[in-house]
Amino acid sequence: MSMNSQGRPTAAISGGAETASFESFSGHRGLRLAEPLIFELGNSETTGVDIADTGDFDLSIGGLERTEEIGCAGLSEPDTVRHYTRLSRLNYGIDMGVFPLGSCTMKHNPRLNEKMARLPGFGDIHPLQPIATVQGALGLMEELSNWLMTLTGMPAVALSPKAGAHGELCGVMAIRAAHEARGDARQIILCPESAHGTNPATAAFCGYKVKSIPGQANGRVDVAALKEALDDTVAAVMITNPNTCGLFENEVKDIADAIHAAGAFFYCDGANFTAIMGKVRPGDLGVDAMHFNLHKTFSTPHGGGGPGSGPVVFSDALKAHAPLPYVEEGKDGSLEMREWAEEGDTTFGRLTAFHGQMGMYVRALSYMLSHGSDGLKQASEDAVLSANYLYACLKDVMSASFEGPVMHEALFDDAFLKDTGVTTLDFAKAMIDEGYHPMTMYFPLVVHGAMLVEPTESESKYNLDQFIRSMRGLALAAKAGETERFENAPYFAPRKRLDETLAARNPILRFTKPDEA
Amino acid sequence: MRYLPLTDDDRAEMRAKIGISQIDELFKDVPKADLNPAIDLPRYKSEMEVERHLSKLANKNMAAGSVPFFVGAGAYKHHVPSTVDHMIQRGEFLTAYTPYQPEIAQGTLQYVFEFQTQVAQLLAMDVANAGMYDGSTATAEAVMMARRVTRKKRAVLAGGLHPHYRAVVETTTQFTDDIVVAQPPQPADAKAELQAVIDAIDDTTSCVVVQNPTVAGHVLDLRPLAEVAHAHKALLVVAVTEVVSLGLMMSPGEMGADIVVGEGQSIGNGLNYGGPYIGLFATNKKYVRQMPGRLCGETVDADGTRGFVLTLSTREQHIRREKATSNICTNSSLCSLAFTIHMTLLGEKGLRALAKVNHKTTQTLKAALSGIAGIDVLNDSFFNELTVRLPKDAADVVEELAKGGVLAGVPFSRLDPNAGHDDLLVLAATEMVTDEDIAALVSALTEAVQ
Amino acid sequence: MLKFTEDHEWLNIEDGVATVGITDHAQNALGDIVFVELPEVSADFNKGDDAAVVESVKAASEVYAPISGTITEINTVLEGKPDNVNSSPMDDGWFFKMTVADASELESFMDETAYGEYVAGLE
Repeated sequence: MSMNSQGRPTAAISGGAETASFESFSGHRGLRLAEPLIFELGNSETTGVDIADTGDFDLSIGGLERTEEIGCAGLSEPDTVRHYTRLSRLNYGIDMGVFPLGSCTMKHNPRLNEKMARLPGFGDIHPLQPIATVQGALGLMEELSNWLMTLTGMPAVALSPKAGAHGELCGVMAIRAAHEARGDARQIILCPESAHGTNPATAAFCGYKVKSIPGQANGRVDVAALKEALDDTVAAVMITNPNTCGLFENEVKDIADAIHAAGAFFYCDGANFTAIMGKVRPGDLGVDAMHFNLHKTFSTPHGGGGPGSGPVVFSDALKAHAPLPYVEEGKDGSLEMREWAEEGDTTFGRLTAFHGQMGMYVRALSYMLSHGSDGLKQASEDAVLSANYLYACLKDVMSASFEGPVMHEALFDDAFLKDTGVTTLDFAKAMIDEGYHPMTMYFPLVVHGAMLVEPTESESKYNLDQFIRSMRGLALAAKAGETERFENAPYFAPRKRLDETLAARNPILRFTKPDEA
Repeated sequence: MRYLPLTDDDRAEMRAKIGISQIDELFKDVPKADLNPAIDLPRYKSEMEVERHLSKLANKNMAAGSVPFFVGAGAYKHHVPSTVDHMIQRGEFLTAYTPYQPEIAQGTLQYVFEFQTQVAQLLAMDVANAGMYDGSTATAEAVMMARRVTRKKRAVLAGGLHPHYRAVVETTTQFTDDIVVAQPPQPADAKAELQAVIDAIDDTTSCVVVQNPTVAGHVLDLRPLAEVAHAHKALLVVAVTEVVSLGLMMSPGEMGADIVVGEGQSIGNGLNYGGPYIGLFATNKKYVRQMPGRLCGETVDADGTRGFVLTLSTREQHIRREKATSNICTNSSLCSLAFTIHMTLLGEKGLRALAKVNHKTTQTLKAALSGIAGIDVLNDSFFNELTVRLPKDAADVVEELAKGGVLAGVPFSRLDPNAGHDDLLVLAATEMVTDEDIAALVSALTEAVQ
Repeated sequence: MLKFTEDHEWLNIEDGVATVGITDHAQNALGDIVFVELPEVSADFNKGDDAAVVESVKAASEVYAPISGTITEINTVLEGKPDNVNSSPMDDGWFFKMTVADASELESFMDETAYGEYVAGLE
């Protein structure tokens, strides 16, 4: 059998410290308010909106009226506000503190971006309005495209992909279209073993077989092994740079040359572009396609798991295969939107209805304009400086996986926890009690018990020093045998560890009324 | 720079701790010749300057709320209660990550659980996922899921499926094993359009994908189609682009759907020029392990307290890698929160009332349009969208009306330039449309078609 | 005749039929098993094909057909009680039975002692 695992231990652990010997009568614990589901609070007769009563009238829906109960519970407006306010307080967000989730780039989300995206001229326009009535929207897309192309030194960009994984799909489809256009039926995509899971998933989605390339002891792609694997069956190589170990692939140009010599394309996963804004352009390194995550690098909020936005920049070799739609200049200087292929077009098609994540474009451009070219460069330098500062302050008590300098994130493994009985998971959960969101754990898969820490440029030195104090304290406590601090952590969160085995063995994926269950 | 808290003194101290004197020593792995390129982009701007710059662009656009507005075809202008936008901007929701640490993400996880429940209720299906990017990408995922479930490859798309959705399905599956057979649109004849799908089903068919109401606004009884599909062991995939219709219309689940996909934008989300939106995806319990996307499930914590976690995640890319059901990772969580808050405010009672107002307004629109000489309304049945035949090119008419400040709808040629329906116009009327708006449209249209 | 593979599967061959499961080491590495997907009876496999899937909360693994042959029986109990793989990997937790199409394929497998040493060597 194969192992395809993150290796996180997941057994729920019972017990935990109590701070009082009694429970409240309400079930609340002070500011920590217990909140039922809306289906337990509301009912189908309650509503929080005022809608005109049309009375009964003859319907024109072909006799297909909905007669069965829908079952959606309503709440009054005050109760709705209270319900979601209470839920929000069970969450941790960047607004609350350091969010060092490696590879996820949880940087500050400026509220100016939110305000700009809500201007009626952006937020209240329809994707199929006449083009003459949305010239400002097309202008914004052009301006964003210019920023993305200039920062990467690439000649073309497709804005429409809806998230990073969708961007990968866009890039790999363009690659496959380019190979097919020249009658080349290559079958294989090479990914390093440290790749994000989306990379092999995307390659498989485009009908490719995935071959893994090993890493070197220094945390980078094994270029000799890569060259060995490159032949005329390889369509593309997908590499994250800076890579998921937080390191810059120092042999990247050699890698690009080898890829091109084999007739393959170089796909760069740009998830970590935040480290190199204004510092180096992927186009200068031989990249053929790279997606951005606007929700990482350019601060559009993660929103608890999206929406994202994943524009892709292309080299000259691929740009003719970029997807629809795209903005182009019309005859009279106005902007046009190319929505359908015309005779002779070699586009690989359309990835989404309409034109992509306009709301995210506005936010990302707002972030870029605010920083300017000088500020973006400074942001990258600060992100890298902060990660190296953490590395320098922690490596005597935690085990740094690779020799620095690192880029925007620092990778540790669990060697420093050897024989302490404390696992990476325990360590992460103890960070919750310290008031932090845990770092990325058990990723990348290339080191044992990985802990990937990314501070971003948004933390002050005070915040970094506080965080370092907690991390050092935890590391020393683990080594000193203070296992209680870890084994049932978190103690102070809204919930203790959750039983994921129960959830998976007996999936309850929706509310059902007790009498229907 | 207002977003960067480090001072020059901080930076110097940090460099000293690291043991470097220049920041570029940290970039030593970058090829020297390529480090610090000249970047021809503007410099830093204050908040006020950025506002000024972006407002100038925004002001060049004609906002839907500023004019009589009848544009639909997959995105709809509904009234979103103020509460929705306020609540989704709470930092604990807005600036949270995907809830991989459930102890400190119960807020997100509980609303996802509520969202899954609401979507399943609305579509009358067993189970819904935490959401996809949008309706079109959800439709493509449904086609691929049907292939996995049935182990057959031939998907039949109805002519009434939104042409963008059709294009997304065709693009997304071009390098997979799926074979997509798209029927041509027949916006003037819903019955013939439906019959063409029924006739196209054979034993190799994995699924039929049909939109209801169709892109031209016709309401379909899908029960006969479900029967034929199931007789051939094919799945019925129903796409719903206007979910408000489900407050009035028989649900896809009741009509026999096996997978339902939808665009959830109408509830809680603005037009946003096409995104971000929220894809709905629901199916029957027996297919849940073939479902793409994230799922939230109920469990208990170590104290026995109810809580929620992401579950069945072995279907997903971060574990299954090249064997995952989909490559989707980030989805549209905040848009699903907006959906769920708006649905909570509506409740069943509000949703039903909202749907009726939409329908009644559209009846009024139909009557008004029918009175214009030279214009034919093609719909016998509809929810809140109509297709009309004009005596001239619809795109020209729409552009003409836009100049006068009326956004009249979507010319069919914009949706599908090769279908040969250049004289057709698709109009939507939601609760936002007033009698004055209809009067303005009728007067402008009357003039334009003469 | 009990045999073990390097992929942590076991085969028990009796009367020309092999019963296949995963080893104690494998179930331990996976953690709590939450789901097992079994092949269809009478499905044909070549040695090394994906025959079944076993899932824990955070891992999913293919169970390979250790030899070429035809599935004759599957352990449907696992569909409702996947935890049998944890509690009784060598017994109640068996996955499927298959014919032995080519007995020479059995030669490379380890016996219990050799497998024990193999696992010890992985630590």
